[in-house]
Amino acid sequence: MLAEKSKPQPITADDGVNAGSRHPRLSLVPAKLESRQWAHHGFPQVQKVLRERFCHQQLPEEPEGVEAQHKHLLELLKRTAIHGESNSLLIVGPRGAGKTMLLKCVLRDLLQDKEVQKNLLQVHLNGLLQTDDRIALKEITRQLHLENAVGDKVFGSFAENLAFLLEALKKGDRSSSRPVLFVLDEFDLFAHHKNQTLLYNLFDVSQSAQTPIAVVGVTCRLDVLELLEKRVKSRFSHRQIHLLSSLTVTQYLRLVGTQLSLPDEFPDAKFAQEWNSSIETLCADKSVEEVLQRHFNASKDFRSMHMLLMLCLSRVSVAKPVIQPADLQEASRLCLADAKANMLHGLSILELCLIIAMKHLNDVYEGEPFNLQMVHNEFKKFLQRKSNSMYNFNQPVVRKAFEHLQQLELIRPVEGSSAKTQSEYQLMRLMLDHSQIMEALQKYPQCPTDVKQWAMSAFG
Amino acid sequence: MTTLLQHPGYEEGRLQKVAELLPCREVQAGMLLSLMGEPQQYSYPSIFIYGHRASGKSHVMHVLLKELELPHATVSCVECVSVVLLFEHVLRSFFGSDAASLLPCSPSLSDFVRVYRQQCSQSPAKETRYIVMEKAELLRDTDANVLPALLRLQELVEDNVTVILLSEIVWDKFRPNTGCFEPLVLNFPDYSKGELQQILSRDRHPSYSAEFYSSYINILLGVFYSVCRDLRELRHLAALNFSKFCEPVEEGKVKETDTHKLWRNIEPHLKKAMQTVYLREVSSLQWEQMQQMEEKETGILRGLSAHTHVELPYYSKFLLIAAYLASYNPARTDKRFFLKHHGKIRKTNFLKKNEKTSNHLLGPKPFPLDRLLAIFYSVVDSRVAPTASIFSQISSLVTLQLLAQVSHDDQLDAPKYKCAVSMDFICAISRTVNFDIVKYLYDFL
Repeated sequence: MLAEKSKPQPITADDGVNAGSRHPRLSLVPAKLESRQWAHHGFPQVQKVLRERFCHQQLPEEPEGVEAQHKHLLELLKRTAIHGESNSLLIVGPRGAGKTMLLKCVLRDLLQDKEVQKNLLQVHLNGLLQTDDRIALKEITRQLHLENAVGDKVFGSFAENLAFLLEALKKGDRSSSRPVLFVLDEFDLFAHHKNQTLLYNLFDVSQSAQTPIAVVGVTCRLDVLELLEKRVKSRFSHRQIHLLSSLTVTQYLRLVGTQLSLPDEFPDAKFAQEWNSSIETLCADKSVEEVLQRHFNASKDFRSMHMLLMLCLSRVSVAKPVIQPADLQEASRLCLADAKANMLHGLSILELCLIIAMKHLNDVYEGEPFNLQMVHNEFKKFLQRKSNSMYNFNQPVVRKAFEHLQQLELIRPVEGSSAKTQSEYQLMRLMLDHSQIMEALQKYPQCPTDVKQWAMSAFG
Repeated sequence: MTTLLQHPGYEEGRLQKVAELLPCREVQAGMLLSLMGEPQQYSYPSIFIYGHRASGKSHVMHVLLKELELPHATVSCVECVSVVLLFEHVLRSFFGSDAASLLPCSPSLSDFVRVYRQQCSQSPAKETRYIVMEKAELLRDTDANVLPALLRLQELVEDNVTVILLSEIVWDKFRPNTGCFEPLVLNFPDYSKGELQQILSRDRHPSYSAEFYSSYINILLGVFYSVCRDLRELRHLAALNFSKFCEPVEEGKVKETDTHKLWRNIEPHLKKAMQTVYLREVSSLQWEQMQQMEEKETGILRGLSAHTHVELPYYSKFLLIAAYLASYNPARTDKRFFLKHHGKIRKTNFLKKNEKTSNHLLGPKPFPLDRLLAIFYSVVDSRVAPTASIFSQISSLVTLQLLAQVSHDDQLDAPKYKCAVSMDFICAISRTVNFDIVKYLYDFL
């Protein structure tokens, strides 16, 4: 509402839109009054359902837009689980593209089969947790509940462990032993292990007629095959599933709508209906479309969308049980805010003056690094030109301000060795953009005019 | 004021108490509360909060979690020198002290997640658990996998847990190479001048009126605001200087309402405080003692930087002077400065001032040992034999960090040095041996 008021908009196109967005609000007022009780019952439910979707990455009923990949993966894993075929495969896609979601959906569908459920063993590894082969091996033996694992402790050295595991895997054959599914999350990190022993052994088992295993790697690196050693690469089946988002804007908008709407099995059907219709009108709003278009242009993964919607959802309360276009605009503003500009806003005048001096030094000497002495000298030049200088600080105070800027990492030393040179002669680089400084200056509260003038002037 | 903090999941009275404890941070607290949701609902896996020092990041988190009695673990990354301490602390505060003992002797992240899951299955979370990491910028210096793993901890341990990172540094500087789970980034804006005044005026002295104290804060901000916006620093300064401010009132010279006279009394005092106690030249204890001794003018006591004066042997002083001259003068001017009969050099030619930036801006230049000794023999009047003691004095100047050895390639053969003392220091040294160093410096010609 506020945003609509504050923004003078062209009357012609927006009249209809505003009327459209106002409509649900008007209709909701009596609804809210009439049924206080459902607001109290229904409202926490909405939060619960939607939070599980946005924060907990709850699995959807049907993975959208990846039907082909889903089918492919399901077929492949079924062949391992039922027919005892060994396979290896990589799921590749950018962050937040739904790789884990796809895999989990497939596993859920796969496990509905009674036979598979009885038969299949699963081992989940994550490159972030299992940082070397020893830890990974312990984890595998633990998750497979092998005999030498007593309780949760695993005994034996690395070599013993590996030999044991390999023997256990080799003893099996296609017909008799249970298939094992290895899921390697953050697969690229496994490629950084020493000699890639684990990968070599897993792929080797999958290539030879031993226990049927399926190795599924999940990674966000497109060049992951280049990381593999030759012998490991040759044992890999080179089967890849690419999850590259091919969303269009209209699909994106529709997806936002479905993400926000409540499912059919929501306990309070009446509330769900009203909520869903309010979401529909929200998505039809022109300003909302604009905001979403901007987000779509920045990135089209699920995670950033969820973050945006989560921020929207947090603005919904019992008193205001509907998402309004202004909420979305506010959330988008939060998401797209420039962090460095926010930090510049909180600097003191002295620190701001130092940054302007650095900017001038950068302009004059074309990006050469500078030290505290030069910056202070530049600042003093500014003070000399002004008759009534109230910023006549002495060197230690200036140095304290300079060090604060360094702590905030707005300036960064050129080379690391700080002990060797005196602090005032250490060369620094400014980590800010020209435009960022000027913008921050415009927004700075009660910025003195002469400082502004100084920043505007081309050369010191 | 309190209307901003409303949430169905929490009791009204508690929220009111929280609101009282968080002046000027209602908006942020309300936003955090609404993001956290009701205790039993899921919250976003990781939240990153940035803002300037003393903008209430830790305080808001602490008050919210404590007053609303949510299960939480607050970890300062400064204290956790190794991640093991972090694991132990988190497990202990969520599952009691026995949980931490389940960790093996040198646990990896994998062990931590395993123990966490195991404990979690025994006592599943009824409410969202929070891990608050203060000074999160230090996480970047630990193993590369710690930060990404913490950001997706909710997914890894399959528990209703939220990791909150607090830092002064913006999120862009945290992102690892291959990316990670993006946290929800929130900003705590700086306090405006009015807000600072409001917060500082809260801790007033009971024996004086509120207006009196707030006028004092006004004067204090007038002096310090352009330099410092750190609430903690300002509060410290306010506490230190208040006794001086009310001195005239206590003596009965000035009435409480006479702001102008009070200002005239305190302003030079505060300006002096900026030079001394703000820079920690003089400790706060010394500052308080100085205020009590009235006849003694403040600032007579020498600060820390005045103590940098070092007693050196006679030749060491000259060696240091020679090193300073060698560092800050270009080598081509040595002949002119240090040779007695250097022949005619045209002054205009010599004073080539086309190098605009002086060496006192760029810092000291390295010089070889030979040049140091040549200048040394020139500036010392008497004949000095190049004994072992002269050379050992050079190396002891290096250990005192008055000189710095630049290249480590050779210890004996032609080592290079840099002079690492300031202008004031060398002037003081040369005054003790009656040597006018400014006359020999190219920059000041």
